[in-house]
Amino acid sequence: MTRREKVNTMKQSRLGSWIALVIGTLYFVVPLVGTFEFSLRMRRGEYSLDAYRSVFADSNFQDSFLYSCGMALATIFIGVLIVVPTAYWVQLRLRKLRPVIEFITLLPLVIPAIVIVFGYLRLYNSSSMIPLTAEVWSTDLLLALSYVTLALPYMYRAVDTGLRAIDVRTLTEAAENLGAGWTTILFKVILPNVRSAILSGAFLTFAIVIGEFTMASLLNRPAFGPYLQLVGANRAYEPSALAVMAFVLTWACMGLINVFGRAKQTKHAG
Amino acid sequence: MTQLNNNPAAPPGVARLQFMQAAWAWVGVAPFLVFALMFLILPTLYLIVGGFQDPDGNFTLQNLFDLFQPSIMSAYWISIKVSGASAIVGAAIGFGLAYAVVLGGLPGWIRPTLMTFSGVASNFAGLPLAFAFLATLGRTGLVTVLLVKFFDFNIYATGFNLLSFWGLTLTYLYFQIPLMVLILTPALDGLKREWREASEILGASAFQYWVHVAFPILWPSILGCTLLLFANAFGAIATAYALTGSSLNIITILLYAQIRGDVLHNPNLGYALALGMIFITGLTNGLYIWLRGRSERWLR
Repeated sequence: MTRREKVNTMKQSRLGSWIALVIGTLYFVVPLVGTFEFSLRMRRGEYSLDAYRSVFADSNFQDSFLYSCGMALATIFIGVLIVVPTAYWVQLRLRKLRPVIEFITLLPLVIPAIVIVFGYLRLYNSSSMIPLTAEVWSTDLLLALSYVTLALPYMYRAVDTGLRAIDVRTLTEAAENLGAGWTTILFKVILPNVRSAILSGAFLTFAIVIGEFTMASLLNRPAFGPYLQLVGANRAYEPSALAVMAFVLTWACMGLINVFGRAKQTKHAG
Repeated sequence: MTQLNNNPAAPPGVARLQFMQAAWAWVGVAPFLVFALMFLILPTLYLIVGGFQDPDGNFTLQNLFDLFQPSIMSAYWISIKVSGASAIVGAAIGFGLAYAVVLGGLPGWIRPTLMTFSGVASNFAGLPLAFAFLATLGRTGLVTVLLVKFFDFNIYATGFNLLSFWGLTLTYLYFQIPLMVLILTPALDGLKREWREASEILGASAFQYWVHVAFPILWPSILGCTLLLFANAFGAIATAYALTGSSLNIITILLYAQIRGDVLHNPNLGYALALGMIFITGLTNGLYIWLRGRSERWLR
């Protein structure tokens, strides 16, 4: 192959790359534009923000959104409490347990959410030994725990990666030598060091929980997901306004993950 | 550590300390194990066991045989078709995009942009995704209207329907393609430049390089990622539910109806339904793990 031919094939493959990219971009941007345009159509004959106004004025929107935000916070809190000590001890002392723990954390990707919640309804219904669905507060707890299972693969992966990046053993031994107890080690030494990993996991958890439908709907809780379903079934323009808002929210979560991920990287480089 | 433990010369204090540390470690892991048992493993086991029982709790295989009635089989089949089509098409397009940004010689800023966008789009699923496609390709959606206006082309006249197999597949692609980009990019990064150079020096054409070097290394990754996409679509419900209501009877929607109101009039058949789903996703994930082991031999 002469040099010239080679340059030509290079150009050709670059052209192919551009074509792939343009088609991909079109497929991903057109629905967003379409949704946004549709959300502006509520007033006949002109574009307006009426659909957004109508959404914000709906008290069910506010209530369900706040409820899901609370759920997300509870999920993140419980998730961190469960995942961080586990990942820490597996990293430090129970290395043999690592494959088992990793397998368990990946189970939620294997078992569909609807199957997990089906199991809850059979195991923890009001006539069972542990009647979690009998009371409102315990159903909320069950919902938060179900979200922890959904977030487990991502949360564990994030924290585990964060722990691998720091020298857990040296940090622990240094803290022990200085007389720290294990709560001090965990909360004052380890936790601050994996903060950015936890935050990444937290924002991803938030993005998962905020619009989740299956679990909330089957546990009969007034979350944002079931609210979205109700609006989708009964309204014309509000759903697309909500879709635009959901997209912005997802974008914000991912953006924050990137910001914290990058902060971590630069810290390491420096 | 263990050596120290077994060493009789070690002071008893050290051994005790180490025992205490191990004990503390188990205490530290205990909440996780209890949580996993109570909220992940036992609920699933309950359904699996229930799938093999009759209403009186005796062992039976009847529920599994009952799964083979037409209404249930067609639900499994539609789910498998939608998941399979969206996984294969998603994997092909995702591969194309990942290839374009990793090896296609595009400007450097495109790759991080695509990766960030993929992170967003792969998480933009569920109900909002259904709303977005209804607003775009529904009967009064932007694209539908524009096509009629400018090209006098009504996609609904061609038999297309968003509330159908192809409509659902097209919608699922919105999170399948970005997911493929995200999980395949590391594998493409793992293709060493030396391999390409070596094959070029030995006189191989680009085609030969792909057929004899790159593809044999990449295929476990590509197939594995495709399986992951399949499992990802198979368990999804919200998008389909919002898009099609119950007009397209995929397995998750059937199970949802069964949980809500025992539409099959047999709780144990409901468990068997869940068991069938676990079997399919378990099989796909098992294959994925096996393939990942294979691909890691070369791509580290």
